[in-house]
Amino acid sequence: MELIVNNLSKRFGEKLILDHLSFSMKSGDFMALVGSSGSGKSTILRLIAGLDQPSSGSITVDGAPVSGPGPDRGMVFQKYSLYPWLNAAENVAFGMRLQRMKAAEIKERTAYFLEVVGLSDAATKLPRELSGGMQQRVAIARALATNPSILLLDEPFGALDLQIRESMQDFLLKLWQRTGLTVLLITHDVEEALVLAQRVHVLAPNPGRIIRSLNVDLDKTDLDQLRLSSDFLSMRRSLSATMRELEPALS
Amino acid sequence: MTATAAAARKGRSNGLLSLFTLGAMPSKAVRGGLQVASLLVPLLLWTAIASLGLVDEKFLPSPQAVFRSLASMAESGILFQDIVASTGRVFGGFLLATLLAVPIGICMGVYPAICAICEPLIAMLRYMPAAAFIPLLIIYLGIGEEPKIALIFLGTIYFNILMVMDAVKFVPKELIETTLTLGGRSRQVLVQVVARYSLPSIIDTLRINIATSWNLVVVAELVAAEVGLGKRIQLAQRFFRTDQIFAELIVLGLIGFAIDTGFRLLLRLSCKWAV
Repeated sequence: MELIVNNLSKRFGEKLILDHLSFSMKSGDFMALVGSSGSGKSTILRLIAGLDQPSSGSITVDGAPVSGPGPDRGMVFQKYSLYPWLNAAENVAFGMRLQRMKAAEIKERTAYFLEVVGLSDAATKLPRELSGGMQQRVAIARALATNPSILLLDEPFGALDLQIRESMQDFLLKLWQRTGLTVLLITHDVEEALVLAQRVHVLAPNPGRIIRSLNVDLDKTDLDQLRLSSDFLSMRRSLSATMRELEPALS
Repeated sequence: MTATAAAARKGRSNGLLSLFTLGAMPSKAVRGGLQVASLLVPLLLWTAIASLGLVDEKFLPSPQAVFRSLASMAESGILFQDIVASTGRVFGGFLLATLLAVPIGICMGVYPAICAICEPLIAMLRYMPAAAFIPLLIIYLGIGEEPKIALIFLGTIYFNILMVMDAVKFVPKELIETTLTLGGRSRQVLVQVVARYSLPSIIDTLRINIATSWNLVVVAELVAAEVGLGKRIQLAQRFFRTDQIFAELIVLGLIGFAIDTGFRLLLRLSCKWAV
C-alpha cells in the first residue's frame, strides 16, 4: 500500500484551511501529524477518509485517487465512536455485516479482533458499560476487522484521562509492532506523537501547512523508560518550542 | 451527584418543605404515596361532594352512579363496541400517519435539500387546525370511517414528521461518518444507524402525538358516527345522562393511559440501551 498526498489544499469558502500539503506513507508506517487547533489536522484525515473533497491537489492510495469513504481506510474518531445499542462484539462485527461477509467468518474475525484489543471478556457489554479506553479499543477493533490498508486515528485518546491515555498509547504501539498496521495519527500532543510514530510532521495553523518533519529513531521497547530518556526529552522540548513559536500571542 | 445528595441532605432537615427543595429526590415510598394520592384525593373529594349533596346529582353524578352506568354499558356490549370503534379509528389514522412520517422525517433530518423543500409547506399545514378539515373530508369521503381516519391522519402526520426530523438531527455526525468509512451505503446508514439511533426518540414522539389522535377521534365522532366513545357521549347529552358521560370520559382517560404505558413499555423493551 502506498498513500500519496500531493499538494493538497482545502478551502471552506474564502478561508484557506490547508495550504499545499505533501507527504507519503507506505505499508507498515506509523506517522503522526501534530498541530494545534486551526492547523486543519482533522481536515487532512477527513480528506484522506473521503468524507470531504480537496479543493486542489490529490490523494491517491496505490495510485487510485480517493473519491469517497471506503473500508480500505478505517477511521476512529475521538467521540461517539461506538453504536450505543450494540454490544462490543456486535460493534466489531458491524462493518463486516455492512459488507455482507459470511456469518461464520464474521464470528471468527470478531472473536479474533476482540482478542487483539484485549476485550474478549467484554464481548457482551454495551458501550455505556465500558470505560472510555475500552470503548476506543472496540472502535479500533471494529476498524481493523474490515481489513483496511490504513488506519486513520483522529485524536483517538483525546477525551481520556492522562493515565488511561498512556496505557492506550502503550496498547496502540504494541498493536502496531505486533500486526504491522499502517497508522496515520492526528494529535495535538507532542509526546503522544513522539511515543507512537516513526515519523512526525508538525503543522502550523492558519492556513494548515507542514513546517517541520522529523524521524523518531528511538528504542521503543519500554515506553516508561522512553518517556524519561534524554533523547526523547530533547526531541520533545524541541518540538514543543516549534509549536510555541507558532502561537503569535506567546512568542 | 454530590450536589443532589447535598441538597437532599439539606432538605431532609426541613421536614415537609424538603420535598420542594431543588434537586431533592424523595424516597421511592414517598413518591409512590404521592402518586397514589394524585388519583385518590380527587376521587375522595368527588365522593364527598356527591354524598353530601352539594351539587345536583344531574350535574355531578356520584361515583357509584357512574360505576353502575359503566357496568350496565359493559354488560350490554355497547362499551366494548364503542371502544373497538374508537381505538380502531385512532390506530388506523395514526398508523398511516406514522408509516409516512417516519421515513419522511428521517430523510428531512438527514438531507438538508429535502428539509428545505418540505419544511415551509409542513410548517404551514401544521397550523391549519385538523378539525377545520372536517367539512371538506365529509364532502370528499362521505360520512363513513374514511373521513374519521383521514382526520386523525391529518391531525398527527405533520407533528410526527417534524418531531422525527428533530430526533434525527441528534444523531452524532461521527456515527454516520464512521459507518461510511466502514463501507456503509446510504440506505444502510439511514436504516441501520440513523433510524436505529433515533428509535427511542421516535417512540417517544409517537407516544406524545397519539394523544392528539385520541382527541380528534372524539371530535370526528361528534360530527358523524354510529358508534364510538365520542358518539356515546353526544347521545348521553341528549338524554341528560351525565353518569354515562362521566363513565365514557373515564374510559377515554384509562385507554389513553394504557396506550401511553404501552409505548413506555415498548421503549423499555426495544431500546434497553437508552433507558
